Amino acid sequence: MSAVSSAPPLARTGSGSLAGQRRHMNPYLAGFGLGLVLLAAFLIMGRGLGATAASGSIVAWASGLVAPEWTAANPALKGYYADPPWTNWTVYLIVGAFVGALVSAKLGGRIRYRIERGPHLSASARLVLAFAGGAVAAMGAKLAKGCTSGQALTGGAQLNVGSWIFMFSVFAGAYALAYFVRREWR
Amino acid sequence: MTLPLYAYELISESQGLLVALGLGFGFGWFLERAGFGSSCRLCAQFYLYDMTVLKVMFTAIVTAMVGLWVFSAAGLLDLSMVYLTPTSIGAQLVGGLLLGAGFIIGGYCPGTSVTAAATGSGDGVVFIGGFMAGLMIYAIAFPGLENWANATSLGGLTLPQVFGIPYGAVVLAVVVMAGLMFAGAEWSERKFSYMRPGAR
Repeated sequence: MSAVSSAPPLARTGSGSLAGQRRHMNPYLAGFGLGLVLLAAFLIMGRGLGATAASGSIVAWASGLVAPEWTAANPALKGYYADPPWTNWTVYLIVGAFVGALVSAKLGGRIRYRIERGPHLSASARLVLAFAGGAVAAMGAKLAKGCTSGQALTGGAQLNVGSWIFMFSVFAGAYALAYFVRREWR
Repeated sequence: MTLPLYAYELISESQGLLVALGLGFGFGWFLERAGFGSSCRLCAQFYLYDMTVLKVMFTAIVTAMVGLWVFSAAGLLDLSMVYLTPTSIGAQLVGGLLLGAGFIIGGYCPGTSVTAAATGSGDGVVFIGGFMAGLMIYAIAFPGLENWANATSLGGLTLPQVFGIPYGAVVLAVVVMAGLMFAGAEWSERKFSYMRPGAR
């Protein structure tokens, strides 16, 4: 099947080998499929994909349990707080994405419990960096009103000016720091 | 002109939530198929020997972009009814740099961390925890930043509007640019294949 690429195997990880793991889809074909899903979102719902707002909805809901008035007035949370997670469109989208990835990985024999990292990094250091990176990414996504999905992918296809600025900024930020964290990955 | 269906009230809000589950399934499926459940593979993009991220992203952008243009030009889709995130140049510039930094430090972006978590990645789960913590820190410590981003908003703004050239011409330019980037990506993977772990 042409969907299976002839690309070399995946980078090794900190826990165990990837022997027996099936290869991934050709990247152009996977991108085409992803683009059709995005197009379907535009045509059916009049909105694109996104992965930030679901977390925002859950965080605002949790914050609202503790401090409802503060949450409702907070400029960064009030937009999320209007809609609880169980009626929030983006939460359903992310639940679907989790299931889709799970089914795909299961069928491809790619489910493995692991802490992925380069050979020179300890698992605990990797988890600290994953947490810190997640926190920095959240501030970026919140400030930019979207992440790689909601801005770069969705807005990129819409020829959205801010999204194209964002996209090149993401690549610039990551390339600029890549040298300094190379031991994390290689 | 009856698209987007939701904007023309051809599907209800609760049906929309079911649609979200289905779209999400496809979203997660293709991210996982592309290999985006792996932080090492995602970050390889930034060491030039595996350009999968760029290839998948730009193929998806081109596919959806051309699709939007065709449906709109055929009179089937009202493009003005598709939500366009407002542009705030400074906020998106700085936000992009921060997201890029978080990506290379943490190994994921928000969507791919969910993909990774679904495939058993502990670092993916922790990234999601960090992401939620980051949102909360932002809300507590930097409410002024959010006000600045909103105050500097230029509203929905597209490249054809800014450059004053026809929509189709920008679509064509992006297709050509993507083609050149793909050629560059293939070249880069050959040129930097010695960087690949296990290649030495």
